Amino acid sequence: MKILVCISKTPETTAKIAFKDGNTAYDESGVQFIMNPYDEWYALVRAVELKEANGGTVTVINVGPATNDVVIRKALAIGADDAIRVDAEPTSAMFVAQQIAAQASGFDLVMTGKETIDYNGSEVGAMVAELLEVPYVSYATAIDMSGNTATVTREIEGGNEVSEVTTPLVISAAKGMAEQRIPNMRGIMMAKRKPLNVVAAAGGDNLVKVAAFALPADKAGVKMIDPDNMDELVRLLQEEAKVL
Amino acid sequence: MVLVYAESHEGKFKKAALEAVAYGNETAKVLGTECAAVVIGDANEAGTLGQYGASAVHHISSDNLAHFDSQTYAAALSGAATALGAKVVILAHNSAGKSLAGRIAVKLSAGCVTAANAVPTNDGAFKVKKNVFAGKAVADYQIDSDVKVLTLSGNSIKPEVVGADITVSPLSVDVPASKIKVISTNKQQGDTAPLPEAELVVSAGRGMKDPGNWGIIEDLANAIGATTACSRPVADIGWRPHHEHVGQTGVAIKPNLYIAAGISGAIQHLAGVNSSKCIVVINKDPEAPFFKAADYGVCADLFDVVPKLTEAIKKAKAKTIY
Repeated sequence: MKILVCISKTPETTAKIAFKDGNTAYDESGVQFIMNPYDEWYALVRAVELKEANGGTVTVINVGPATNDVVIRKALAIGADDAIRVDAEPTSAMFVAQQIAAQASGFDLVMTGKETIDYNGSEVGAMVAELLEVPYVSYATAIDMSGNTATVTREIEGGNEVSEVTTPLVISAAKGMAEQRIPNMRGIMMAKRKPLNVVAAAGGDNLVKVAAFALPADKAGVKMIDPDNMDELVRLLQEEAKVL
Repeated sequence: MVLVYAESHEGKFKKAALEAVAYGNETAKVLGTECAAVVIGDANEAGTLGQYGASAVHHISSDNLAHFDSQTYAAALSGAATALGAKVVILAHNSAGKSLAGRIAVKLSAGCVTAANAVPTNDGAFKVKKNVFAGKAVADYQIDSDVKVLTLSGNSIKPEVVGADITVSPLSVDVPASKIKVISTNKQQGDTAPLPEAELVVSAGRGMKDPGNWGIIEDLANAIGATTACSRPVADIGWRPHHEHVGQTGVAIKPNLYIAAGISGAIQHLAGVNSSKCIVVINKDPEAPFFKAADYGVCADLFDVVPKLTEAIKKAKAKTIY
């Protein structure tokens, strides 16, 4: 089985959020970038586990500039066999999905994280599935393969649903799918020699753009309550905050 | 026209569907047009959507839509949007809406913004706001395509009765057969709202010391009808189920009230909860960073304070009832 894992590069979770160019662009200066945790911890690790259990290959794909290669090498160190980097700025979810779909022919299973931790769009997986005209199971917390049949558990409101789908298909991976893997030295050394194929963008659409970013307003300040007077806290929640 | 997918569960419309209709109605006003709702499956109560701002309700019925599949549902909904000439398609930002939005956007060549949290503006360009960087910033997105697809973040608008019941009209669209076979659906017990929809949330973290101590958190949650949540460390070590984890890499929530006990407030946790309208932090460490993000703070041992708070709430509730 051939698995394609879509990986994004995101600011690390403690990165300072600031903007430039009149609040129209994210200020990347001094920011550490990482592989999007949902892509890495869940989609990629589970893909590698499926390969280890059933055979096959795992390819990672990223849409981005050459500076993303460090993130791609980490994916190879975790256990992907090879990588594709589409050499273009990932300007919108639709554009990224079009690039991935253009490279996805021949793959049985395409995996993404449930969303990225920067723009929180949750769009690319569904778009890739529609472009490829294949089934899509989102927010999957488990996947097992038997031949070309996948048994997938997905989160739904207040519970989960188990379904069977035959490949090709696209899934987005959520927490529970796998455990984070730290690449070992052997993996890191091997990653340097694994193929990383850089391809040109296939054209694409940018139908949305950020007109302006803003930071949320600061809190007015915390009001400390006497631990022996919870009646006062309840009163404030009812009468001042009006939330109870 | 603005078209809203009003998702029903066994014929009933939950808060997310009513919010989507109310938001569709407000969006339609901005665009100087009308809001229609589309319903799939059991449509017995679909006429009530008129109360929340739908000027028409269309009902799609097909054996191929017997269970949710983003492929068949997207075909039905984009078919409806095309047949009705919809310029904006609105979905709830829940498990169905998130898996449909991207597909519908591809089918309609539409610009897509997910998790919108405010009514769009249309002064020369169509713009809509959403939280980005897990709530650490807000982005105002401009959509340039003729047709637009939006999903609405929960608790962003209060559905109010603005009209009356209306007639439901059948709508015929082509729907392919589903390629997904549902084996089982497992709903957890309990009648509290799922986390992304919950208006009241009680959350706890490592300060609980042991998973066996969660009774006081559940008692507090029960006293106010809140949904329980937790921080990442306690989900990771298996004290609490993964679906309860709120934060940057868990569920992002924006309830009216978020009560956090024994959670220090790491930046990743704050990212997932700082859109809450009111935050109460209970922590014995006066230096806990969470206090800076809180509206109300109680600096004391949670094992002492949480039961006291539960009692105070029960007392106050008893007063309001009698």
